[in-house]
Amino acid sequence: MLYFNSFLFCGFICLIGELILDNSKLTTGHITSLFVVIGAFLDTFGIYDFIIKKVGGGSLIPITSFGHSLIHGALAKTNSMGIIGIFMGMFDLTATGITAAIIFSFLFALIFKPKN
Amino acid sequence: MKNLKYERIANNHKPKEKKSKNALMAFLSGGFLGLVAEFLINFYSNCFSLSRNTASTLMVVTFIFIASLLTALGVFDKLVNHFKCGLLIPITGFAHSMTSSAMDYKKEGLIYGIGMNIFKLSGSVILYGVVSAWFFGMIRYFIGGA
Repeated sequence: MLYFNSFLFCGFICLIGELILDNSKLTTGHITSLFVVIGAFLDTFGIYDFIIKKVGGGSLIPITSFGHSLIHGALAKTNSMGIIGIFMGMFDLTATGITAAIIFSFLFALIFKPKN
Repeated sequence: MKNLKYERIANNHKPKEKKSKNALMAFLSGGFLGLVAEFLINFYSNCFSLSRNTASTLMVVTFIFIASLLTALGVFDKLVNHFKCGLLIPITGFAHSMTSSAMDYKKEGLIYGIGMNIFKLSGSVILYGVVSAWFFGMIRYFIGGA
């Protein structure tokens, strides 16, 4: 069941992105930024956690989950640290993604030659 | 008058984008990535007996690795032409934007090229993600007490 939900949810998010891209003048940069903000908004009142429980892996792949993890780590830290926890915990959960992207893109840029 | 005529002729020869086909391709490829994600989580957690959280972190790293490698090899751009948002909305698009900007500016050197331009496209995602997460987090903290 999780497989089916993953397929539907991730496909649905990409479908919305493609529809916005085709029917307006927004670029992919606009759309990804918009989706991150939407993800952060959905997690404000715990909706995205509910989606993750129902959908599984398919909800961790779209860029909306990036916004979700940012705010989720920040709010988790406020439990122990108070309001300064928002600043301390912001990158707690997304650190792996950002670090991996920086390391791999730097290494591959050094190793491979650009095609054009 | 001339402009109008020119516009009409130009419009006739514009390549017609097949919106429904694009949408279908984005849906299928995005859905396929979601399916692979769920499969990888199960695979990692069963094979290496990891918790589901650790397995999903490992899954994200796998996706970023593959996307960076394909971008560096020049395959990813061809795939994006076919699948568009199906590959750009998932985390693969984030890795793709970083690797491609690093590759593009490689010839300008390590500091002024790669160092200053690596966050060129993905910077907006991080900026607006952090700003909105901070804003919504403050609201949640004062209203709900988290």
